[in-house]
Amino acid sequence: MEEESDTRKINNSFLRDHNYATEADIISTVEFNSSGELLATGDKGGRVVVFQREQEVENANNSQRRGEYNVYSTFQSHEPEFDYLKSLEIEEKINKIKWLPQQNAAYFLLSTNDKTVKLWKISERDKRPEGYNLKDEDGRIRDPSTITSLRVPVLQPMDLMVEATARRVFSNAHTYHINSISVNSDHQTYISTDDLQVNLWNLEITNRSFNIVDIKPANMEELTEVITSAEFHPQQCHTFAYSSSKGSIRLCDMRQAALCDRHCKYFEEPEDPSTRSFFSEIISSISDVKFSHNGRYLMTRDYLTVKVWDLQMENKPLETYQVHDYLRGKLCSLYENDCIFDKFECVWNGSDSVIMTGSYNNFFRMFDRNTKRDVTLEASRENSKPRAILKPRKVCIGGKRRKDEISVDSLDFSKKILHTTWHPHENIIAVAATNNLYIFQDKVN
Amino acid sequence: EEKRAGPASTLYCADGDDSLYPIAVLIDELRNEDVQLRLNSIKKLSTIALALGVERTRTELLPFLTDTIYDEDEVLLALAEQLGNFTMLVGGPEYVHCLLPPLESLATVEETVVRDKAVESLRKISQEHSPVDLEVHFEPLVKRLASGDWFTSRTSACGLFSVCYPRVSSTVKAEIRQHFRTLCSDDTPMVRRAAASKLGEFAKVLELDYVKSDIISLFTALASDEQDSVRLLAVEACVSIATLLPQEDLETLVMPTLRQAAEDKSWRVRYMVADKFSELQKAVGPEITKNDLVPAFQNLLKDCEAEVRAAAANKVKGKRLNIMLPFIRLIQYTNQHVKSALASVIMGLSTILGKDNTIEHLLPLFLAQLKDECPEVRLNIISNLDCVNEVIGIRQLSQSLLPAIVELAEDAKWRVRLAIIEYMPLLAGQLGVEFFDEKLNTLCMAWLIDHVYAIREAATCNLMKLVEKFGAEWAQNTIVPKVLGMANDPNYLHRMTTLFCINALSEACGQEITTKQMLPVVLKMSNDQVANVRFNVAKSLQKIGPVLDNNALQTEVKPVLEKLASDQDMDVKYFAQEAISVLPLA
Repeated sequence: MEEESDTRKINNSFLRDHNYATEADIISTVEFNSSGELLATGDKGGRVVVFQREQEVENANNSQRRGEYNVYSTFQSHEPEFDYLKSLEIEEKINKIKWLPQQNAAYFLLSTNDKTVKLWKISERDKRPEGYNLKDEDGRIRDPSTITSLRVPVLQPMDLMVEATARRVFSNAHTYHINSISVNSDHQTYISTDDLQVNLWNLEITNRSFNIVDIKPANMEELTEVITSAEFHPQQCHTFAYSSSKGSIRLCDMRQAALCDRHCKYFEEPEDPSTRSFFSEIISSISDVKFSHNGRYLMTRDYLTVKVWDLQMENKPLETYQVHDYLRGKLCSLYENDCIFDKFECVWNGSDSVIMTGSYNNFFRMFDRNTKRDVTLEASRENSKPRAILKPRKVCIGGKRRKDEISVDSLDFSKKILHTTWHPHENIIAVAATNNLYIFQDKVN
Repeated sequence: EEKRAGPASTLYCADGDDSLYPIAVLIDELRNEDVQLRLNSIKKLSTIALALGVERTRTELLPFLTDTIYDEDEVLLALAEQLGNFTMLVGGPEYVHCLLPPLESLATVEETVVRDKAVESLRKISQEHSPVDLEVHFEPLVKRLASGDWFTSRTSACGLFSVCYPRVSSTVKAEIRQHFRTLCSDDTPMVRRAAASKLGEFAKVLELDYVKSDIISLFTALASDEQDSVRLLAVEACVSIATLLPQEDLETLVMPTLRQAAEDKSWRVRYMVADKFSELQKAVGPEITKNDLVPAFQNLLKDCEAEVRAAAANKVKGKRLNIMLPFIRLIQYTNQHVKSALASVIMGLSTILGKDNTIEHLLPLFLAQLKDECPEVRLNIISNLDCVNEVIGIRQLSQSLLPAIVELAEDAKWRVRLAIIEYMPLLAGQLGVEFFDEKLNTLCMAWLIDHVYAIREAATCNLMKLVEKFGAEWAQNTIVPKVLGMANDPNYLHRMTTLFCINALSEACGQEITTKQMLPVVLKMSNDQVANVRFNVAKSLQKIGPVLDNNALQTEVKPVLEKLASDQDMDVKYFAQEAISVLPLA
């Protein structure tokens, strides 16, 4: 996005606009599929909503109208459950959605809550069989004695119907909460990750998974670190990375051994003693790790920064971007209201030149890696009408406030943008702001 | 089986002479909401087709089935299977190509088992195509699948090349080879894997020149694919390819790739080499085995990944043992998983090595493994004792065996104890009565009062097998007194064990022991203060009843059961009444 973000048009906002926001409507994950034609969201109520991009229409005034995203399919992926053995409620909240590479005319995605991963098939049907032997057209049972010839049903066209069916349920493999899932480039396996373990599954086998990483200490008292996120390398089917609550990332090579408890690379930035504080460890915890599309870099998000790491350089990040450094002075109150534990995600654009991540007050940030320009944008109903252009926002700390600037003290910490996704090839982004989904795209022309 | 909707079957009965009716029901149930009914109808598809006749089957039924790919997997699987046997129902080989469209759509569904079944049926009906039809109808389908947009169709195509290749013209053959080449370098690993797994099969139908020119280059490429999931499948293909080539070409065409696979960076590929070792050895012949494979195999036995070593250790049997022995010794110092894999095959080696070699080379290993810290290793040795027994006699081992058995018998893990109990009858048979009485009898009795029910249960069953082996007289002298003694145990669980033992032993011990020794004890226990014991008395009486004579039944068993039938406890009553109704007491 040649960062003319200030001239961005709002294409399609408040798709999920409700006047009342119940807890269940809060969006918990957003994900484009590999072509960008579909966009899936999951929410706290266990629902998955899939949006499909309208076919592009060449219209007469030769101005090309870009397709908007419309609801394609909505289904209940997970239901609340109760673990009777441990007396624990299992929330239905969708933690992550990952699309599978397309294998036939249907679409497949994995969705997960804290414990169970499900494989969903989303398929279209536009024909319906008609004609029965034992019933007439109105459904009345025919007198058997009048049946003198056999009828074979004939398929007739009907209105397009989109069906979602659960094809596989992968359960009973995680003791702790699943924080991420990632599909392997071999199209055959995926990993699911919880606080202490990474499990490897075959997409076709539900009753068995292999535990490939287990950091659970023999004595739980000695636990100092948890896994926060894990992802497969986009091309090398044997490589995956996982991040930890201590701010480090481990790269594992599945070729070396069946159990990947020994990493092959360890990325960590030495701590700066001058900024050390009570909160250092909390804010260095990595909330998301993402490989770049070309597989050369890793991006990590911690509480205040986004870092880009070169896979060839383990001792320090290649680039560090401040997301909201103005919060450094407010860590104490952010600790008190638990915001310091928020898990922000981060995404690459299609060409790995721009990265995006969320902040508070419905703000989200973009950083151009080449020009080093950055911008803060706001996803909100008040400030944006459909097809309006987004204005960059600025936050100031204390002192004098210029027009259009917002004081750090007036930021709304309940409005946080944790989940965002970027179209794989185009400059279209989807931003989840609590119960609203905003889709923005680059200005046409 | 004949599960049908209620009203339909009633009508059917009322109108039984109308032969169309059941078929009409079957056709309608192809679309029933109940998947079981749909499945039932699909399984009777031939009945429907017969009733419709060949013409309507071709023009109406098959087009309908072509579009039913929305159904559940099990229905689609059944459909794919049915269509493989449908040739006569569409009018014979002349019309067999009518079956291609529905099978083609089934070959593109996402479910692997359904696709595989569709491919299997396609392969089957390909044989029923005339050479002309094969080129006009079948081969175009293979091409369509091979160049399909979705990888599901391309993976299905991989399995079809080999069936049409031998029967088409040389021009078409060239096209087929080209398609196969393309799929071997497909973008998606799924397709490359499918191609790699069919490479050997395809090579078999190719002319030798093309094997050398085409297949070898494809094989080399797949064996160095960037994805290890593809590379490991090339190892499998290696077996078939090597069988096809003359010995003198193996060295240049196959061995470099195989050597590379045995040293692959990925343990999964090396695992495959270890796992396919016996097949590879056969395929490449003795000379190359000696010079190349054996050193490679030795490395696999020392591999840094335990899974690989375990796979290699499993293949030790049948290898040239003088070469292997040093490495087998080496394995002692590796991890548990490998040791236990080795332990499970090492005993089998004694038959190959013969008596002297076994005593010299293997015995020390057996003895060391019997003292291994891991119970699984010890168990694997003990469970394969029969092989050694044949060669050197078990006496050689008995001194070391005993401590190992005793330790396993008292292992803290009940599953380990359970496993050793299961080998007891086998051990007893090999060690003989004397040794058993002297050393093992105490153990067997101790298990009867184990605190885990599964162990007590297995111990009971074990006693029965021992009695079958050593006979009733032995039982009367050694086991029965101890078992009956437990009837006075203060712990009611132990008293119940007496009853369970009696249930298990009465038949093997015969009428006399049962009537004279066991029955009085059982009857006495009917006064037990614990209801669980009392209702087990009722169950035991029912169980041993058939062994007793009529007199004992009438004069001794009947009064006791009648008393129990009026017990205060509901369960006691229930089981007593059940025994009364089952036994011939009237």
